[in-house]
Amino acid sequence: MDSTQNVERQSPVDIITDTVREHYLNARYGLKSWLFTVDHKRIAILYLITITLFFFVGGFFATMIRLELATPEGDVVSAETYNKLFTMHGIVMVFFFLIPSIPAVLGNFLVPIMIGARDMAFPKINLLSWYVFVVGGIISFIAIVMGGVDTGWTFYTPYSTVYSNSYVVLTGIGIFITGFSSILTGLNFIVTIHKMRAPGLTWYRLPLFIWSNYATSIIMILGTPVIAITVLLLALERGLGLGIFNPALGGDPVLFQHLFWFYSHPAVYIMILPSMGVISEVVTCFSRRRIFGYKFVAYASLGIAVIGFLVWGHHMFVSGQSAYAGMIFSFLSFVVAIPSAVKVFNWTTTMYKGSISYQTPMLYAMGFIGLFVIGGMTGLFLATLGLNVHVHDTYFVVAHFHYIMVGGAVMGYLAGMHFWWPKMTGRNYPEGWGRFSALMVFVGFNLTFFPQFLVGYLGMPRRYHVYPPEFQVLNVMSSAGASILAVGYLIPLIYLIWSLRYGTRATANPYNATGLEWQTSSPPPVENFYETPIVTEEPYQYSPIEAEKEYALRQKEEINV
Amino acid sequence: MSDTHSMVAHQFDDALQQKEASTVGMWVFLVTEIMFFGGLLLAYFIYRTSYPHEFLIASHELNVTIGTINTCVLLTSSLTMALAVHAAQMGNRKGQVILLVVTMILGATFLVVKGFEYAEKFEHHLVPGSSFHFHSEATLQNPGAPEIFFSLYFALTGLHAFHMIIGLGLMTWLLVKAKRGRFSPQYYNPVEVGGLYWHFVDIVWIFLFPLLYLIDRSMLV
Amino acid sequence: MSEHIQEHEHIVSKKLYFGIFTALIVLLFVTVGVAYIPMGHLGIYVAMTIAIVKAVLVILYFMHVRYSSRLIWVVAGAGFVWLIILFGLAAPDYASREWLKVQGYEQLVGR
Repeated sequence: MDSTQNVERQSPVDIITDTVREHYLNARYGLKSWLFTVDHKRIAILYLITITLFFFVGGFFATMIRLELATPEGDVVSAETYNKLFTMHGIVMVFFFLIPSIPAVLGNFLVPIMIGARDMAFPKINLLSWYVFVVGGIISFIAIVMGGVDTGWTFYTPYSTVYSNSYVVLTGIGIFITGFSSILTGLNFIVTIHKMRAPGLTWYRLPLFIWSNYATSIIMILGTPVIAITVLLLALERGLGLGIFNPALGGDPVLFQHLFWFYSHPAVYIMILPSMGVISEVVTCFSRRRIFGYKFVAYASLGIAVIGFLVWGHHMFVSGQSAYAGMIFSFLSFVVAIPSAVKVFNWTTTMYKGSISYQTPMLYAMGFIGLFVIGGMTGLFLATLGLNVHVHDTYFVVAHFHYIMVGGAVMGYLAGMHFWWPKMTGRNYPEGWGRFSALMVFVGFNLTFFPQFLVGYLGMPRRYHVYPPEFQVLNVMSSAGASILAVGYLIPLIYLIWSLRYGTRATANPYNATGLEWQTSSPPPVENFYETPIVTEEPYQYSPIEAEKEYALRQKEEINV
Repeated sequence: MSDTHSMVAHQFDDALQQKEASTVGMWVFLVTEIMFFGGLLLAYFIYRTSYPHEFLIASHELNVTIGTINTCVLLTSSLTMALAVHAAQMGNRKGQVILLVVTMILGATFLVVKGFEYAEKFEHHLVPGSSFHFHSEATLQNPGAPEIFFSLYFALTGLHAFHMIIGLGLMTWLLVKAKRGRFSPQYYNPVEVGGLYWHFVDIVWIFLFPLLYLIDRSMLV
Repeated sequence: MSEHIQEHEHIVSKKLYFGIFTALIVLLFVTVGVAYIPMGHLGIYVAMTIAIVKAVLVILYFMHVRYSSRLIWVVAGAGFVWLIILFGLAAPDYASREWLKVQGYEQLVGR
């Protein structure tokens, strides 16, 4: 079946009938068919359920934080409890929501389909990665329920190894195990993308979503093992009273930070790169334009992945790291901004003179672009050594990373969930509610986090449950914004679940988009395609339909002559 | 000849794709292992550079003869593993089985010897933790450094030993399959891939041995 | 199918395996022997050089990388490059920590 025909993309399976067609959701029923599946699409759904649960757990902690910070006094929780709240908010959101989110849900679902394969290279390892994730999650959840951790998600020593009276080791074990889920996912993606592309699908014909997930997988493979060994050492040190990171015993606490951030900085690129991949797909579709500078975007993804490993010391400018090392890391941190900027320029140029429609995914994508720019630029402020001294450990940092992780990564995730929802579920969500929620998220987000830039610059420290009264107005704005943001997240939860039963049935290609995933039915059959596709064209062949038709007619005339 | 078509998993188009995918997959996994040990090695290098004297005298507690013998054992096991893959490629079922068994015996020997070394360390109060006591602690400029050396020694060799145990598990699985005649010139990649893992564990030891045991043995302590 | 590089099914001869093994054992004894020669700071560099040579032999011949596709070369190489990144960017911190001393540093550190 020849894919990527430009005109009126309709596949033979486009017909909506009342007779139930077999696809991956109804091929087999029962709990066992889900818990023992090796179908990448079902595994994606399993991940979707799990990470959504964790998202709302992390959101609960965020709610408590903003409740406390609505007033300058520590009147909602004690200082110790507050320490646990922000720690667990960070741990749950980073390790159990953001890092898996797009790769494990959208990546797992779409990567094989986008490359024309029947499944991943290692379907059983794929299922194993989900079980590993669940086990790690349960262990960490038990630690939370038993009383939690209060070290900050960064687990700095010697507080975490010597002085903290919380469940550090148990949480560490949970994170250690979950890290393997990441590694297995990344491994699967790399091998699958290298070895299982359909005939004719050369690297430069791949959708940019694939390039992004490939780059993300490289980071997962090279970075995650280092956090694993770091957490292991942390547990050993705490359990046995070792001195590897304890200055009283000859150890260096900054060594812990080197090891921790060697992973945790690239980890933030794990969180943003897949989102960027989503944006490339959404922006092209809803501007009806091919991406501007395909190779630049592709190589920028790889560039971010590689250079992202060279900048970790910018988290340690004031920790006791040498100033000369600081200079090196500061310079490299400026360099890493370049490929990200390249992508932003390419997306906006793609939109220029495009035929833009403001569907829900596009609203989220446009929000992403603006908010990511703010987050990225403020990252440059933080990378500047002198300025960093002033704003380190203030709310300026908190605002910066939330702009990227929430304004960027989460909005990209929501863009992708909405864009591919019809494909994954065979149902359309209510577009009106979709747009409304997107706007609500955008407004709520900015109201929550923009004041934090201001309050941080004015000197409010992070991780404090009390603050000077002059900061209250901005904090109240932030808390108010958080409540709007919360509602903005709850509404899609409701209508997406609602759509599973009551949404209109989706066609194979509701947006008339390019890409192999739209050439198969919604939802796809178990083996993704009825026949292996053969790819003959570049991606993103969006053009005004009339121009295409005219071109095709001219081609036909030339052949006939 | 064996029916190769049934050996090809449903997601693959053919046996060659499956073979290449599994080899690349194992290599990608080995890269994660390199980074896993890498973190420990960084800690080792930082502290060895910071506390050269203490690391030297702490290292001299280790027995070079035993370490050398163990290294020989492991290198030999790599040879027998490579020969086992060769036997599988040639369709020599008996050879595969014998060589896999020998590899496992050598691996187990390594672990047993390691066990004796650990027991000896325990007797001499060199296991990090509350029972740790280094004889000349009081005279050292950095009294905490020997415990750091031994923390890294046990972490590195312990992690290595753990990987060897997993390696033995892998070998057992391969042995069972080899005995049943599962492998042939058309389908031997599991043995190859198991070999890759085994060789990697060997390479880790190739680095650990000189780093831990052979710190300037010209100096008498 | 995706780029199926025809890996020539190169079967390494048993003789070569034994040869590499001999080289590994010889290098092992060289490493041990050299450790007893006084050479101060050089010791670790010599030891690591020999170890790297041994590792390369194992990788190229026992692990068949010599006869493998470029993809395998890149994957194997990437692991070592990333180790170098980890060491290479952490080391400057430790190397240069004492270059810029704050007033009262000696008192603070207790020397």
